[in-house]
Amino acid sequence: MARLRLVRGNTACAYGALSAGCRFYAGYPITPSSEVAEEMARLLPRVGGVFVQMEDEMASLAACIGASLGGLRSMTATSGPGFTLMQEHLGYAALAEIPCVVVDVMRLGPSTGFPTAPAQGDVLQARWGSHGDYPMVVLAPAGVQEVFELTAAAFEVADRFRTPVVVLYDEVVGHMMEPATLPELSELVASGTWRRPSPPVQGTYLPYAYREGTPPPLVSFGEGTRYHVTGLIHDESGFPTQDPGKVGEMLRRLNGKVPEIPTDQLHPELVATGDAEVVVVAYGITARAAHAAVRQARELGVRAGLFRPRVLWPSPATALRELSGRVGVFVVAEMNFGQWAREVERLVGRWAEVVTVNQVDGTPLSPQTILQRVLEVTSPVPSAAAGRRMIS
Amino acid sequence: MIPDVRGYLREARMPHILCPGCGHGIVLGAMLRAVHTLGIPQDRLAVVAGIGCSSRLAGYVDACTLHTTHGRALAFATGLKLARPELVVIVLTGDGDGLSIGGNHLIHAARRNVDLTCILFNNAVYGMTGGQVAPTTQPGWLASTAPYGHAEPAFDGCALVQGAGGTFVARSMAYDPLGLQSILTEALQHRGFSYVEVLTDCPVYFGRYNRLGEGPELLWSQKVRFGEVGQMLQAKRFVTPDGTAPAGRVEGLRFGILHRSERPEFTHVCWSQVRQGGNP
Repeated sequence: MARLRLVRGNTACAYGALSAGCRFYAGYPITPSSEVAEEMARLLPRVGGVFVQMEDEMASLAACIGASLGGLRSMTATSGPGFTLMQEHLGYAALAEIPCVVVDVMRLGPSTGFPTAPAQGDVLQARWGSHGDYPMVVLAPAGVQEVFELTAAAFEVADRFRTPVVVLYDEVVGHMMEPATLPELSELVASGTWRRPSPPVQGTYLPYAYREGTPPPLVSFGEGTRYHVTGLIHDESGFPTQDPGKVGEMLRRLNGKVPEIPTDQLHPELVATGDAEVVVVAYGITARAAHAAVRQARELGVRAGLFRPRVLWPSPATALRELSGRVGVFVVAEMNFGQWAREVERLVGRWAEVVTVNQVDGTPLSPQTILQRVLEVTSPVPSAAAGRRMIS
Repeated sequence: MIPDVRGYLREARMPHILCPGCGHGIVLGAMLRAVHTLGIPQDRLAVVAGIGCSSRLAGYVDACTLHTTHGRALAFATGLKLARPELVVIVLTGDGDGLSIGGNHLIHAARRNVDLTCILFNNAVYGMTGGQVAPTTQPGWLASTAPYGHAEPAFDGCALVQGAGGTFVARSMAYDPLGLQSILTEALQHRGFSYVEVLTDCPVYFGRYNRLGEGPELLWSQKVRFGEVGQMLQAKRFVTPDGTAPAGRVEGLRFGILHRSERPEFTHVCWSQVRQGGNP
C-alpha cells in the first residue's frame, strides 16, 4: 500500500523511478542532486537493481545507455555542470534511440556558479545542449508529489518513443519537503529485476523501421537478436549510411516522432484562464509562487490566470495558442533571464504581448514580485518600465 | 589448422572501410578465432567500440554490436555487462580512443575489475582523422600535428592498466596473429578486466609520414624492431600456465602476458548485493 510521507523532491524522484521499474542507476555526485543517487544506492539492491557510481558524467549516461540496451530501465541524475557533460550522450541516446532518463536538478550557473542556490537556467541547454537536430522531451515537475509522478512518467515516455527524457527541476523542488504518496518498499520488491519486454522478432530485426511515426519497440541485447547500434547516421537496419535521401528521411522521422503532449497526464495545468486577461506562465517552483500571485491578483480584481507546462519540450504550443486569442498579456516568470520566454514569444507573440519577470540571484521568485509585474502590465496606462517586451 | 570464422562476420557489410595494408583486420581475425575456439555463441557475444578505425570493426562482427562515442566504449560496456552479466563483452578501442579521450574510463574499468575484454589497437597515430599524434606516439616521430617530430613522451598502456588494478594485462602485435589469438583466448577466459594491447600499423599515415614503407614493410619491421620478441615467438613463450611468463622488453615495450591476478569481479559483487537484498 502506498502511504503519505514527508519527503524531499529528490527522494520522491528515486521512488518514482523505482515504481516505474527503473533497475539501473549510474551517476556522479553533484549538488543539489546527490540525494537521488544516495536513495538509489540504498534502495536499488533491495528491489533487484544495480547502482554504480561512475568516474564522471559522460560515463554515467554511457553506462545507463548500455544497461538500457541490456533491458534495464536506467536513470542518472545531475546538476548543471554535470548536465553539460552529459550532452554528448543525450545526443547519442537521441540518435541511437535508446531510452533513458536524466534528472537535472538545476542550480545557478554558469560554470560552477552558485552550487546550492536554485535557478532555472538549464531550460535551453536541456533542449539544445547537444549538437545537431534531435528530439528532446523535458518534463518539469513543480512539487514533491509531481516529481514522483513525472519521473515515473518519464520512463513510459522514454520507452514509448525510444528517446532520452529529461526530468528538470530546480534546487527548491529537489530539497523541499512535502507530503507525497509513495509506494512501500515491499511493493517495489515484488516486481523484482524488471526488464523491458523484448518483442518477438520474425526474420531480420530492423531497429529503426518506423511504423506510424514511431520506432519499433527495442529488443534488448542478449535476447537472441543480433543487430548494430551506432551514433553514425544509419538506415532502418541500424548500419551507417551516407545516402542523402536516407539521411534526410531518417532525421525527419527522428525529429517528428514525439508529439506535443507525449502522454495524457502531461497536459499543462491551467488555473483560472477561462476569463483571464493576463496569464502568468511559469514552471517548477516558480509556478508555485505564480499560483499564489494569481490568487492575490484575483483578490485585487485583476482577471489573472496561470499556465503551467508540465512538458517544456516539446513545448505545448497548441494549448498555449488556444489562450492567445483572448489573453492580452503573458507574463513569463523564470529564474533565468528569459529562456522559456523565448518559446512563449515564438508561440503567441504575434497575438499577445509577452513580458517577463526574471530573478537570477540564487533566490526563488516570490509571489509578491510576480504579482507586482502582473499589476504593472494590467494597470490602465502601462509605464515604460513595465513594458519590457520580449525581443521577437 | 586455421578455422574458418566467416560465420562471425557480417559479410554483407563488406567491403570494409580499412585501408590496404592496415593491420587491424589481422587483429579482428585473431579475435574471431579466439571466440570460435572458445565456442562462444554469437547470441552471447557483444562487441562495444568507441570511435576511430579500430572501433569501426564492431559493425563487421555478427553479434550484438554497439558503436558508441569517442573514448567512452568502456563506460557503455560497463552498463551493458551489469545489465547482462551472461554476455561476453569485448571492447574494441584505439590508442587515441582508449588512452587519450577515454583514459579515465580505461583506468576506472581496470580499477573496478569489470569482466570485459578490452582490445586496444595501438598504431601510434590517429588514423581516421588524418594522422595526428596519439598518446602512444614516441618522441621524435612525425605526424600531421608533429611536423618537426613529436615533442612528448608516450604512454605505456599496459603499465597504466596494471597500475590501475587491471587483472589481466598483455601486449601483442599484428605480426604475430597466432600468439595474439592465444593471448585473446586467455583474456576471454579471464574473469575480470582484461586488457590486450596490440601493435598494429597505419601505413597510410604513420608509415608514410615516417617513411617506413607500406603494410608488409611495417609488419616486417615489427619483427625486426622487436627482435627479442621474434625469439619468443619462435619459442612460443607468450602464453604460459602461470601467466607470469618471461616477457620481452624492447624499445621500452614489453610483450606477452605481462600481468595476471585474481580479484573480485565487479558485476559479480554488484549482483551479490542484489541477491542479498541489500543486506550485507
